[in-house]
Amino acid sequence: MTVPPLLSIENVSVDLPTARGNLRAVDQVSLTIGAGRTLGIVGESGCGKTMLSRAILQLLPKKAKLSGRVLFDGQDLVGLKPERLRKLRGRSVAVVFQDPMTSLNPVLTIGTQLVETLQEHLELDGLAAKRRSVELLAAVGIPAPEQRLTQYAHQLSGGMRQRVAIAIALSCEPKLLIADEPTTALDVTIQAQILDLLAREQRRRHMAMIIITHDLGVVAGRTDEVAVMYAGRVVERAPTPMLFKKMHMPYTQALLAAIPRIDGAPHTPLPAISGRPPDPTRPVQGCSFSPRCRYAAGLCYGQKPVLTAAESGEHQFACFHPIQTAAVIV
Amino acid sequence: MLGFVARRLLYLVPVLIAVSLLTFLIASLLPGDLAYVILGDQATPEKVEALRHDMGLDQPIWWRYVSWLGHVLEGDFGRSFRTGQTVWQAVAERLPVSFELMLLAQIAALAIGVPIAIACAVRSGSAFDRFMTGSAFGMLSVPTFLSAILLIYLFAVELRWLPATGYVPFEENPAGNLRFLVLPALTLALAEWPGIMRVLRSDMIATLQEDYITLAKAKGLKASRILFVHALKPSSLTLITITGINIGRLIGGAVIVETIFALPGIGRLLIGAIYTRDLIILQGVVLFVAGGFVLMNFIVDMLYAVLDPRIRHGHA
Repeated sequence: MTVPPLLSIENVSVDLPTARGNLRAVDQVSLTIGAGRTLGIVGESGCGKTMLSRAILQLLPKKAKLSGRVLFDGQDLVGLKPERLRKLRGRSVAVVFQDPMTSLNPVLTIGTQLVETLQEHLELDGLAAKRRSVELLAAVGIPAPEQRLTQYAHQLSGGMRQRVAIAIALSCEPKLLIADEPTTALDVTIQAQILDLLAREQRRRHMAMIIITHDLGVVAGRTDEVAVMYAGRVVERAPTPMLFKKMHMPYTQALLAAIPRIDGAPHTPLPAISGRPPDPTRPVQGCSFSPRCRYAAGLCYGQKPVLTAAESGEHQFACFHPIQTAAVIV
Repeated sequence: MLGFVARRLLYLVPVLIAVSLLTFLIASLLPGDLAYVILGDQATPEKVEALRHDMGLDQPIWWRYVSWLGHVLEGDFGRSFRTGQTVWQAVAERLPVSFELMLLAQIAALAIGVPIAIACAVRSGSAFDRFMTGSAFGMLSVPTFLSAILLIYLFAVELRWLPATGYVPFEENPAGNLRFLVLPALTLALAEWPGIMRVLRSDMIATLQEDYITLAKAKGLKASRILFVHALKPSSLTLITITGINIGRLIGGAVIVETIFALPGIGRLLIGAIYTRDLIILQGVVLFVAGGFVLMNFIVDMLYAVLDPRIRHGHA
């Protein structure tokens, strides 16, 4: 613990003004990630995981209000001069978005989109940038990379497009890669390939990575640490093996139980989480999960639980009635 | 790409046939016999009958259309019975004036409209945006003849910077030619920039919300590159359409502006032909103008394909 973490998010909140009042998308979140490590952020749609990831590079909607500190390499990115922030984006911190069809520009060639990133941050002439683009496309497993440079996004398959997006993200050797649901828009058969590719490139480049997903199965074998988010807050956080061995927060358990299992008996109904996430413009007074939680009682409805450490110290959760038994599924 | 061009060219054939038919019908169905127009009210019936026979006016209308179309396809649009000039000569004489006016007006309208649209889109909802959007609305409702008179009053009468009316050909005096065209072009541009600005602004606002713009920001690109390379190109399709329509319209001459500023363009040729009931010139010019319009639309279609590769590859 002597080395300061690469990225340290401290008390970050994101507020969005809406017609129905203020929407607190991210509520007092604190997280850290060390160099070369992998952090998974898990939660269902609308839990604030994407907003949190966008808050890191301040790619939030124009009207969003960001508070807290985002320390990257010891420097606070919140309130950083736009020009210095721009130099960091794509260079030190890169992102891969969910849908490669919409995140690649439809009217610019793959080559243009790769070369412009390289030339923005690295001092490369046109030829060197082009050569490097071909190398990058080859590295992410794109056949005939040279021809791809003159092609457009719509001429590639979904998986290929996401490989291109990853090549763009990797192009300047970032220290941190934020992958926001990188496989959600892809065929199931392609998902594992893309995750393997990300893991391989991460190891090779000794790059830290944040994987954002709604699928606990995605983070299970591929992350060092997992943070579970619900209604804008981190509700449980632990090293991955520890979390899957013993989860304390009923929400985490419910999320895991909702994943279909290949060894389950056919036609068994999937245990879905009943109800809906709370309306973020009307915050619940007590624990945000209490209306849907089967363990909720008394205190849960009146007071917000704070993130506290379990016995190991590395495992934190926010719950008044944690599940103490070891999880059935590992 | 070649297949795309060929397909589009093929679409032009029926459109051009329809255009020629309508043009012909306009001239033929106008009340008043052409023979009387030429010979005057005092002509004897025998003379009229003889002329009608000479001109083929006693033939059935479909036959007259086919034989006219045959001549048109051979490049013979006919000859004015007033001045003796062929349609070709008349158009060739007037076209450079209208074309130059159209070109200058478009350049001015785009030079005003595009930067304002981009500036508004970037700060959509701001005071600047609301002010410019409101001004554009205001300008849109100012008729051309009014802005022409106001411009003449300001720049010709009060400031005496520019001539109010008149024309010299570019070959004779390039600087003088431009001086004569500044005010007419500006008048047209004032009517056109609001349309340009409003469509580009709204397309640009939509584009700026796309994921690929967020990714472009995330890549650390400069704001100018994001705006002009990543956002402007995919936002220009409607802009191209509007500009194409404007150009197509102005090829046919700007009747009001040419009249106010006394420019010898296509618009005034057309007006003159109507006043003097010079049906051959009228018919020829209308056909020419409509053909130009169709051609311009074809060019716009081609530009779509240049701007958006998905259209080029038949994906959209």
